Amino acid sequence: MRRVSGVLFALLLTQNLTGEPLTSSPGDAARGKAVVLDRDLGHCLLCHQISQLDESFQGNIGPDLSNVGGRLTAAMIRERVIDPTRLNPQSVMPAYHRTEGLAQVAREYAGKPILDAQQVEDVVAYLETLKQ
Amino acid sequence: MSWRSSLSPLLILLCGCSPGASPPVSGIPEPRSGYHFQSQDTQNLQDDDFANPGMLWVDGGMVLWTEAPETGKPACADCHHAADMSGVASRYPAYDKSLDTVLNLEARINHCRTERQGEPAYPWESEPLLSLTAYVAHQSRGVPVEVDISGPARPFFDAGETYFHERRGQMNLACVHCHEHYVGQMLRGDKLSQGQPVGYPIYRLEWQTLGSLQRRLRFCNTGVRAEPLAFGAQTWTNVELYLKWRATGLPGEAPAVRR
Repeated sequence: MRRVSGVLFALLLTQNLTGEPLTSSPGDAARGKAVVLDRDLGHCLLCHQISQLDESFQGNIGPDLSNVGGRLTAAMIRERVIDPTRLNPQSVMPAYHRTEGLAQVAREYAGKPILDAQQVEDVVAYLETLKQ
Repeated sequence: MSWRSSLSPLLILLCGCSPGASPPVSGIPEPRSGYHFQSQDTQNLQDDDFANPGMLWVDGGMVLWTEAPETGKPACADCHHAADMSGVASRYPAYDKSLDTVLNLEARINHCRTERQGEPAYPWESEPLLSLTAYVAHQSRGVPVEVDISGPARPFFDAGETYFHERRGQMNLACVHCHEHYVGQMLRGDKLSQGQPVGYPIYRLEWQTLGSLQRRLRFCNTGVRAEPLAFGAQTWTNVELYLKWRATGLPGEAPAVRR
């Protein structure tokens, strides 16, 4: 029984369904903000609004993130950044830290996640600070 | 007679189709041209033939249309009257029986070149091919789109429809997500359109040149970080056929101007 639950726990960890941090080094909010803004990394403003950022032409496809730190825990934010389709299979938000189950991926991106583990942690740290 | 067999003719009537010709999975309730998602300035640029940069290619195409090929074979204009070309682009892509496939307008023009004029096909996205396509498509300005997806064209159409609904690329997005689910919403500074291909080839301000629908589709591939399919790939023609069917009734606009 203990062995089964151990296997289950390991499975949960590898799937990161527990919302545990992906790295041992904590996320850095300042670096996370840069990732959020970077057009080749997060580029979150393509679809989301963050009123704390002085950027014109923010998208409105996804929910407003200006209070995301007030309504979601770090673990919940992390789950959504890693792969939102685990929570909602219909989600159109890209999975930022997933490489499996994707089709026709461009050669230069094949086998690579959009964000690496540390970048995910940095983004989570930044988004946690967004409260209104 | 069981209730099931007595009911089936009724069901067929209700569906408006016969077994084996299943209805398309999805269309779009109120088709709207991409024109309506552009700024006033961009619309003005399209509306004024003297300002519309795409008209330069139409003019270039008109020259090629009448030019006799070096092979001594007929020029386009020797077989086709320009007036007869009205509405042709609105019917393309179309199934070709002799080739047993669907051809888009560019492929039809190139087929004429190789088969009737003894000339080599123009490369995809080359200036002469864009020019001739723009000239021919311009003859259908104002003519409502109506493609034939019946009979042998149907499998190509179905394949195009499937592609439209499949997620792809590192961003894992399908065409349907942006161009149906989020139409009118903002992707940063861009208002998402329905993806109605009624003005191709288009002059795109971002490109600073004229481009084909396949160029635009490849641009979307790149946007979702998918490996772009090659120009001339059968899949692209299938997608073109699906998209044109989805635009049924919208008047042709070539050469359209887009952001």
